[in-house]
This record gives sequence, structure tokens and C-alpha cells, in this order.
Amino acid sequence: MRYAPSVFMSAPQLPPVPTLAAWGRLPKPGSEWVVDDLERASSMANLSRGLGRSYGDSSLPACASDKVIATRRANRILSFDAATGVLRAEAGLSLEDINRLFIPRGFFTPVTPGTKFVTLGGMVASDVHGKNHHVEGCFGGHVRALKMRLADGSLVETTPTAEPELFWATVGGMGLLGHVLEVEFALKRIPSPWILQESERVAGIDDFLTVLNTSAPLWPMTVGWIDCLNAGKNLGRGILMAGRWAEKHEAPDALPPVPGALSVPVDFPNLALNKLTASVFNTAYYWKHWQQRVRKVISPETFFYPLDAVHQWNRVYGPRGFTQYQCVIPRAAGAPAVREFMVRLTKFGAASPLCVIKDCGPEGKGLLSFPLEGTSIAVDMAVSPDIQRVVDSLNEFVIATGGRIYLTKDAFTRPCHFRAMEPRLPAFEAARAKYDPQRVLRSAQSVRLFGDRAS
Amino acid sequence: MKAVILGGTSGMGRAIAQRLAERGDHVFLLGIGDDDLAKSASDLVARSPKTQPVGYALCDLEKPETFAPALDAADALLGGFDTVIVTAALFATQEALEADLELTRRLVTVNYAHTVVFCEHARKRLLTRGGGSLTVFSSVAGDRGRKPVGLYGSGKAGLSHYLESLDHKFHDQGLHVLTVKPGFVKTGMTAGLKPPPFAGEPDGVAKDVVRAIDARKPVLYTPGIWALVMLVIRWLPRFVMRKIGF
Repeated sequence: MRYAPSVFMSAPQLPPVPTLAAWGRLPKPGSEWVVDDLERASSMANLSRGLGRSYGDSSLPACASDKVIATRRANRILSFDAATGVLRAEAGLSLEDINRLFIPRGFFTPVTPGTKFVTLGGMVASDVHGKNHHVEGCFGGHVRALKMRLADGSLVETTPTAEPELFWATVGGMGLLGHVLEVEFALKRIPSPWILQESERVAGIDDFLTVLNTSAPLWPMTVGWIDCLNAGKNLGRGILMAGRWAEKHEAPDALPPVPGALSVPVDFPNLALNKLTASVFNTAYYWKHWQQRVRKVISPETFFYPLDAVHQWNRVYGPRGFTQYQCVIPRAAGAPAVREFMVRLTKFGAASPLCVIKDCGPEGKGLLSFPLEGTSIAVDMAVSPDIQRVVDSLNEFVIATGGRIYLTKDAFTRPCHFRAMEPRLPAFEAARAKYDPQRVLRSAQSVRLFGDRAS
Repeated sequence: MKAVILGGTSGMGRAIAQRLAERGDHVFLLGIGDDDLAKSASDLVARSPKTQPVGYALCDLEKPETFAPALDAADALLGGFDTVIVTAALFATQEALEADLELTRRLVTVNYAHTVVFCEHARKRLLTRGGGSLTVFSSVAGDRGRKPVGLYGSGKAGLSHYLESLDHKFHDQGLHVLTVKPGFVKTGMTAGLKPPPFAGEPDGVAKDVVRAIDARKPVLYTPGIWALVMLVIRWLPRFVMRKIGF
């Protein structure tokens, strides 16, 4: 039920046609085909989607009659070499499965996003990044090969050296170049199944940028939580979390506990999460960390996926739905630009306790891959009548700094804004024109941003 | 557990096979399509904590002559299996079946007659070694003659009836028979159909089924809510059944 289409989640607003929604719960007409034979089903499909965890409209159909295949049942591991860690699997295999099977055996994915409820295909399409971006880059940089079904029906094996244009357009390409059927990449050895975390209370945004900088060479994984509702002298206060895999002698002998399945059983009312409740939560969360610095050994679940502990947490936003604004501001724009961004963000008062800051390393090779060297800020926002104006205004600022937004999170960016922030777009469009001239593969997002037909 | 799974390469059968392999049980796959069987076998090897080979053999519910050789191959590799699980079956909508009587004949034959014959082969093998466990996927569609699943459900009704009799007859000889009655589950079999409320996911079904095999239960509705739904449906009077579309 976790990934059930929105029809089940908001019955009172049940529309006459079936709809499909992603994590942000903004439904579009259409439905998904759950298939376990990807190779067969992909030949007639317009889009593949994994677990539907992207916030925006990238996993939603361009129109109700488009065939969207859900890959999550295509989850077979085709080979695993314990000597090298090289894993090849069908694209629907989830990170949840990979972690459950391979953490106890001493292996972990080279890059993980902030949720384990993603498929390998989704990780490629979004070219996900994680807390170790400043060291390891994006997931796509670790992929060795992809088996794909192209729009003309052909099957191809693409690698960074064989058909590189196709490969790097697919990495971060939001599923628009072809259906990813199989993914091959190498898991990394971990010294123990535990994480050594050092967390630090940080008083404001300027300090935050400094500690992110000074921690980067010391820690392979860093991320910050920011209280984005506090303006003035507390602007950008928060908690920095830095970590590395614990060495054997630092870690408990036992395996980390498997988290229970807490779940949000019903939609919260729209206004349950408002400025007041979010502020109370933020202040409590900040001062719960009353010591300046805490060092402890914790489970990877707690470290990487704090929100996964509560299934369907997106219901907290109520039936109105929500979006995430995630952008990266280039290092060249400097700390004042980040500070100015935070000032604007807090001025809008978008009520959300979830705001994450992270320093990104150099840009990867994926043609539309999100990260570039600079500071990434992600903030959840409930959908309100104001949302388009908020996104427009933030986008205009980000364009001025030379930054960009993350397509995986986006549902509201205007095409002209996207074009302005994405100098690599012509190269991506050229690759699409070569491999899918008819634009058979399309999504609600590609209609919105790339002008694909919606009929 | 040494389990033979007919249909273990896809849908709920795949989820059960994965679950058993992950906890270290020996699994042998029966199905159609060499390539598909080989892929599933590699998957189960990779998932298993032990590095034991996973064998497979071709076995097609449409071809009863394949049943005995396939079970012999499983017996040979596993050194005598103690568990047989059947998840394979055909599915088509009532509309498609009414429009194509050849399809109806095929589906009813496979889902009832051939499945019974396969179970007889398996049952005899299990009984000669003092019993074991036979788990077969029937359906909630077999509980009542319902408009949207009349033809499909009739085969499943016969199958449920047969499985109940196996339990009655051979329980005391050590044969455990589990009749699984899944409600709507989102798999390749039901792709493109609009999932009703209470639709299940294969992993949840697999968890319930493995638990029911371990606990030696005779009947399992999964997801569990379907036990209640069908309790109501079974007691609805005929004049109501004629009116409603369920």
C-alpha cells in the first residue's frame, strides 16, 4: 500500500478518472502498469517509473493514455561478484533490498540518496547524490553499464565508453532517453555495518558554510539540517552531521536493528503543519542537541534515511500536496549569495521543518545531472496558492547566481527559467533528437519543461 | 526447507522464492522460458546467505507431460523435496474470456485440470516419504460465483474444493495442504487493471504465505482483510449478488 496511487490516499477528492501521483501527491490523470518482465513491457511504453519517490512530475504520464510501466517488480539480481563487489541487476531492484542483503555481507552502495525507497533505474535517471557528494560524486559516476530499450524498440548495452552520448544523457536524464532495463555498478566494501557520526550545533548560516568547508576534508559524509523558519540573528542555525563508516573495533558486534514499520495511517488536515507547529518542531529539534558536539556510533538507517522510519510521511502535508525546492548555488557566487537565498526563503515563511544544506563537489558528466561545485539547499514546501510565485522568485535568484534546480524535486519551474539555468540543455536535446526523434518517451515533466506534446 | 516452486520466476511466486532463499532455504524453480529461469536462479543465489546452487527445470502447466520429469529433476538436485508451492496460473478478464471461448477452454483447463494433475504428482511424491507441505494458489474469486470473475473463479473454485479434500484425506498421513486465496495483488498478471481498495503487493503476500507454511495453516486469505471481505460476500443473498457488480 505504501506506493499505492493517490486514488487510495485521498478518497474524498476522488476524480472520475484514475490518477497517478508521485511523492509530492500532486496527481495527474493516468495509471501505472506493474510489470515483472521489463524487457517485454518496455517495448510499448512511454515512460518507466520506479517507486515514485521523486517529488515532482518526472515519473508521471504526459497524458492519461500514455503507458507508464512501474519497474519495482523487475528486481532480480543477475550477478554479484563478492571479490570485486560488482553487482548487475534489473532496474527495479530497490536500495532497500540492496541494503538488507549486502550490508550484513560488508558492502554498501557507493552513493545513496536520502531515502532507500528508490530503484536502481530511478537512481540512474535522477543521477542521485548523497552526503558523500564532495568525495564520490553522483551515482552515475559509479555505473559501469546499462542495458536499455530505446524508443525505436532496439536493445542496447551502453557504458561510459560504448555509446557514451547515450550513457551520459541517460544518467540524470529523467528517463527520457530510453527505458533502463539493467544496471551494473560496484558496491563498496565497508569496515563494519555501523556509522560513526559527529554532530555539531551551528548558530547561523555563515558558520554553517564554514563548518561544511572545514569538515569536507575530514569526513567522507556531511550534511546539515537548517531551521529555515528563523530569521534575524538565528538565520540558518542548525545541526551539522558528519560521518564515516565505523571501523571494526569502534562498532558493536551485532548488526544494526531493522527499523520497525511506523506509518502515517491517514492524511493530516491541510493546516496541521503550519508556521506555528513547524516553528515549535524546529526549536525543539535544535535545542534537543543541547551539547555543542556529540560523537556516537549509529545505524546507517538513522544516518542516511531518518525519514524512512515513518512510512507515508508525505501525508503530514495533507491532501493539498507538497513540493521540494532544491537548488545549488555555485561556489563562485560566494557565501553572501547563500545568505541572501536564506533571507528570501525565510521571508516566504514556507512552513516546513525539512530544510537540508550540503556542499557539493565538482559537476559530473551526466548531461542534466544536478550537482555542481557549490552549496545545495533543499526545502519542503506545502502547496499553497502562492507556490508558483515562491518558486518563480527563488528561481530568478538562483539563475542570477549561476545555479540550478534539481529536476527530481521539481513540479513548478517554468520552461524559460529552466532554459536560463541550464546551458547544457542543447546537448541533452541533441541526444534526445538522435535516440528518440519522435519523443515517444515523455513525462508530465518533459511536457512542462521541454515542450513535448501532451496528446 | 527444500522447496519446489512452480511459477517462482514472476509475481508472487518470485517474491516467495526470494524470501525463502534469503533465509537460507533450498529452492528449485519450475517454469517456462530457459532464460527467465536462469535469471531467477542467479537472483536466488545472490540473495542466499549460503552459496548453494539453485536448480531449475522446464515445467509448463499447459503440458502435463512435463510434470513428472520436472519433479524428478527437482528431487534429484534437492535430495528429496519436502515442500511444493504452486503459484503459476493463467489470468484473463471476464470480458476477454467471454469473447474468446478457446481462451476460456485453455484457462479453465490449465487452472483446474492441469493444476490438479500437477498436485497429484507432487502429493504422491511427498506421501511416499512421509508427508510434507503442498501450497497452492487458488483465489478469492473461487469463493463465490461473482460477475466480474465468473469464468476465472469457476476454475479456482474447483481447485479450492480439490485442495480441501486433499487436506481432509491426507492430513493424518503428514501432508500439510495450504490453500492460498489472494485478493487483488499488483503483479504483472493484473497489470493495466485498476487496483481496487485493499490491493496487495507481492512482498506482503510472500511474507504471509511463508508464515502460513511454517505454521501449517490450511487456508490463507492475503492481504488479511480479504478474509473479512469474503466472509461478507459468502453470506450475501442471491438477490443482492444479482444486483451488485462485485
